[in-house]
Amino acid sequence: MTRKQRNTLNLFFRYLVLIVIGIFMIYPMIWMIGASFRDNNAEIFSSIGFLPKNPTIQGYIDGWNGTNYAYGHYMINTYLFVIPKVLGTVASATITAYAFTRFKFRGKGFWYGLMLATLFLPQVVLNVPQFLLFTKIGWVDSYLPIVAPSFFACDTYFVFMMIQFMRSVPKELEEAAEIDGCNSFQRLVLVMVPMVQPAIVSSALFQFMWSSNDFMGPLIYINSTRKFPAALGLRLFMDTESGFQWNKVLALSIITILPSLIVFFLAQDQFVEGISAGGVKG
Amino acid sequence: MNKSSFKKFWKANNGYAYLSVWLIGFFAFKFYPFLSSLYYSLTNYNLFKGGTQFVGLQNYQSIIDTAKYVKSFAVTFKYAFMTVPLKLLFALFIAYILNFKLKGINMFRTIYYIPSILGGSVSIAVLWQFLFQNEGLVNMVIKIFGGEPVNWLGSSDHALFVICLLRVWQFGSAMVIFLAALKGVPEDLYEAASIDGAGKFIQFIKVTVPMITPVVFFNLITQLCQAFQEFNGPFIITNGGPQGSTTLISILIYQNAFKTYKMGLASAMAWMLFLIVATMTAVSFISQKYWVYYGDEER
Repeated sequence: MTRKQRNTLNLFFRYLVLIVIGIFMIYPMIWMIGASFRDNNAEIFSSIGFLPKNPTIQGYIDGWNGTNYAYGHYMINTYLFVIPKVLGTVASATITAYAFTRFKFRGKGFWYGLMLATLFLPQVVLNVPQFLLFTKIGWVDSYLPIVAPSFFACDTYFVFMMIQFMRSVPKELEEAAEIDGCNSFQRLVLVMVPMVQPAIVSSALFQFMWSSNDFMGPLIYINSTRKFPAALGLRLFMDTESGFQWNKVLALSIITILPSLIVFFLAQDQFVEGISAGGVKG
Repeated sequence: MNKSSFKKFWKANNGYAYLSVWLIGFFAFKFYPFLSSLYYSLTNYNLFKGGTQFVGLQNYQSIIDTAKYVKSFAVTFKYAFMTVPLKLLFALFIAYILNFKLKGINMFRTIYYIPSILGGSVSIAVLWQFLFQNEGLVNMVIKIFGGEPVNWLGSSDHALFVICLLRVWQFGSAMVIFLAALKGVPEDLYEAASIDGAGKFIQFIKVTVPMITPVVFFNLITQLCQAFQEFNGPFIITNGGPQGSTTLISILIYQNAFKTYKMGLASAMAWMLFLIVATMTAVSFISQKYWVYYGDEER
């Protein structure tokens, strides 16, 4: 075999592997979308093809109105806490990272070490006391327990990511601003924030994704159906649904992740950059 | 304090003004809960029963003595030790192929990344439950290849593996991190190795893997932490069954804490889980010096 033939063969096998795995990754989702447009379970489980014979949106209609509230109600609830959570995370993580990268103060190394340690602190140890704390101050069954910690830089991952980015911003820019009479807060807002904008966008996107798909937080804190986010609404529907019509369940599942998917496709490069930066530079 | 010494003090400590946001969060939502959960774990605290008493290590003792709890720890270990290596190997393998300069790589990368970006979403768990139904897609494909359909979710032999597969399927974020690291391996190392007569496989083992060990380490720790805390998958797909075969410890913690409000017992379980994760992390950190290569400048 000549070198050229071998290269072609290699190329062929690489693409083959990529395509086969691509099918494993994406076909289940395509099949799910197809199934959501089918009539009933018998038809859904009749073939591995994804195109429905007689496409119908009945599953979507029935699913949408399947519980006491229209599904849109749960969707809106989700973003009622996701949006403040994203804003709080971005603001608090930026301020904290600014403190760690641009100031010298006594005990900085100590606090930095503690901050890094919390990166590995499992949430499961904190759940019980946090729940009791929020019960005591009467926040249970509201979105406050889910949102409030984010306003105090408790999502350490984002603080860490922001620190990585800020470290690579040259100090000279701020020194110039200082000479021009900017105080430290003005330097943060006018110099630092524009410089780390990509990191801010990344953090916002990741937090949006994670918190809109979060299940355990709402499961613990939200009791009344009226306040359920989509994650709980979907489960409620599955529990109340008698006879388990998959087309309805899948239709609601798709509606639930649709906003996340749209955001991902609009901003996929930021996601990839964000995760590589957080992981590798550390 | 006169004005100039105040200025001096302010200059030396004004970072705290910015750090205060995090300090409040740290003490209120991390440090206090962390310590108080240790305290609760030593009591028989029940949210709806009075008379909380300090009971020492009794909760821990009863966890060790209860077969159901011990089994659930065993299941958690089994799950983590199955999922993490599979996921990392798979992610590294795919990243390696994506690192070749092929056309359309970005499209493949995006496709592979979609499942993991949706992470712990309920919808993805529902999808997985759907695929592994007795008459679902997976069994249909098995039948086409002439195999026997498997009772995936109803048998205690397979259910845990189904959840493991879900998390392996979501290898995307580990892959993206590996890929970035692979791109950072200098070309000339490969050239030098190939001049010395090393084939592609030897190059991978002797050049690539040592150069990316810091990232392997990072992925290993984050994935271990995640795996030991896995909750959504077993909770939604199998609800811990059949016969407790997917009852990970996180599910028992949830049930004890938020269904029966045995806060003391739940805290003790959470602390045992924490100690396990902490030990794993510590062992990984200590073992670093034997296998993680940080380049010359750092150590």
